[in-house]
Amino acid sequence: MPGSANVAIQACNVDLRLQRAGVGASVVFSPDAHLGAAWLPFHDRLAEHFEVILLEHPGYGGGDAPPWLDRVTDLANFYLDALTQLDLARVHLVGAALGGWIAAELATRNTTRLASLTLIDPWGLRVDGAGGIDLFARTDEQALYDLSFDPKKAEPLVARLLAPEAEDALLKGRMMTAKLAWQPRLFDPQLGKWLHRIDVPTLIVWGREDRLLPTPYAAAWQAAIPGSRLVAVANAGHWPHVEQPLETAGIVHDFIAQQRAAT
Amino acid sequence: MKIFNFHLMPYAHADLDAIDKGGSAWVTYSNSHYDPVKGAELFNQYLDELEKADELGFDGVCVNEHHQTAYGMMPVPGVLAGALSRKIKRGKLAILGRALPLVNNPLTIAEEYAILDNITRGRVIAGFVRGIGAEYHSMGVNPAESNPRFVEAHDLIVQAWTRPGPFAFDGKFFNLRYVNPWPVPYQKPHPPIWTPSSGSISTIRWSAAKRYTYCQTLAPIASVARVFDIFREEADKCGYQASPDQLAWSNAIYIAETDEKARREARPYLESYGKFFKMNPVMMSPPGYSSLESVKRQRSMGRSRPQTPDDLIDLGTVIVGSPNTVREKLAAYQDLAGFGYSLTKTQFGTMPHEMAVVNQAAVAEEVLPYFGDRVPQPAKRAAAE
Repeated sequence: MPGSANVAIQACNVDLRLQRAGVGASVVFSPDAHLGAAWLPFHDRLAEHFEVILLEHPGYGGGDAPPWLDRVTDLANFYLDALTQLDLARVHLVGAALGGWIAAELATRNTTRLASLTLIDPWGLRVDGAGGIDLFARTDEQALYDLSFDPKKAEPLVARLLAPEAEDALLKGRMMTAKLAWQPRLFDPQLGKWLHRIDVPTLIVWGREDRLLPTPYAAAWQAAIPGSRLVAVANAGHWPHVEQPLETAGIVHDFIAQQRAAT
Repeated sequence: MKIFNFHLMPYAHADLDAIDKGGSAWVTYSNSHYDPVKGAELFNQYLDELEKADELGFDGVCVNEHHQTAYGMMPVPGVLAGALSRKIKRGKLAILGRALPLVNNPLTIAEEYAILDNITRGRVIAGFVRGIGAEYHSMGVNPAESNPRFVEAHDLIVQAWTRPGPFAFDGKFFNLRYVNPWPVPYQKPHPPIWTPSSGSISTIRWSAAKRYTYCQTLAPIASVARVFDIFREEADKCGYQASPDQLAWSNAIYIAETDEKARREARPYLESYGKFFKMNPVMMSPPGYSSLESVKRQRSMGRSRPQTPDDLIDLGTVIVGSPNTVREKLAAYQDLAGFGYSLTKTQFGTMPHEMAVVNQAAVAEEVLPYFGDRVPQPAKRAAAE
């Protein structure tokens, strides 16, 4: 079980909720918009080798959003402040979906506290003609199934996210997601211009059956970040770390271990 | 009571079966179903009806604003109001749009209304709305910013109308180095501002605080009365008593010789009217458009049963009947809800022009003369309830 703590990030006047487990190199996980700060088997697996720190984005998890939070770049700057205040160095930053977008924005700004970057089906880039479902035209339930490859396996997760006691988190979370990603849908036209600035080893992981961001997005990310590597995960939709936790944790572990061996 | 003639200008040739199957008359119902030859005919018939309303003695005419839908063909209501502005010689010209958050420069709305107000020599009513949820899809505007954009756009427009320009406007969403629109409105300090809504608490509260006129969109009369009660309570909290002129009820009226005949004739058009409302419920309620409390309230209420034409009549969403029945109901509803304006559609759904003009003339003859001076009689409210 991870330990949980709230840390006041003074510069931004926000209590940042963190969950931590494991020892070793710091792996900071920036989660997606739907699962929020759910601690997953994927995190457990990584925590066997590293200190895993799971973030909870302000505005998600049922808490109120801070008044300054308007766009994804605000969160990128916020986490740069947080890394500084927590004095985390040589961080292996891993972000999924919305969390991947935030991580990429952060890394285009400043990588001095990063050792590597892993992006799992990140939002944030536009790929003309690549298609994908409109998340905002689906019910919560439909969206959760659309994002999954195997609806049968997704059932318990969907039930948990839609449970009455999670209503505040669900409703506030989707308001926050709309605020961050409604227009343009799930991307920032400015981001692609600056991905070349990411100068830490970067791994891109993609669910082969992602219906929100089909695989042409994966190729676009790889092309935009110099020297990045792309690994596709079979039998996984938008959340390979949820649907194929052991395989995905293995891919991320090997990548991080390699970077550590190289330095 | 003042009675305005309100038109939605539906695309009456819409394929209602396709809408039923596709699940929506909004946003996703392809405009390949729009035939401009038929549409041109409808626009001209509908404008004829509104011009006629002025001759028949209605106190005003209303157009509104909806986007990417067969429900109504007035995405740019100022164009329709412009077409009417030289023909409506007597009554008011009410624009029950404009959806302020949907534009990137609200100054264009200040300009549009000011021109209309000049042409009509001060007979324009300036509607300010947020637009419905689906329009945040069709116009690509962030629903989570809807409320603050609305308030800020309003502030900019009212300042543009009342402060001598040029001045600079610095907001969160709108920043203009020069605000100095020509012309300025004919009415001083500015045209009356009306705020149509489907019952959003934040809109009601804001409108009452600003002492504007609140218009309730189509709803059963009992819920209209509740909404108007909230408006009056909000006005009390602001230290004044709301006047009936601050409350407008949007409805439809159909008259025939007998109640039975009126119902029989109106039914198919009430039915088709209902189909034009059909939309993907997710698109209707985009995240952030409504406050957390109202979303929770809606979720706890669950989905309501679709209403039949007879439901619409029996619940007092519309008034259908003989002249006498229509007069009695309208008077009882006024006493119940306390409104000073009835915004009345005489064409609805796929009702053809020939039928609409007969109905419109009947309303003019059988209803208008009886209500000119009528004010709500709250003492009769108990009886109406």
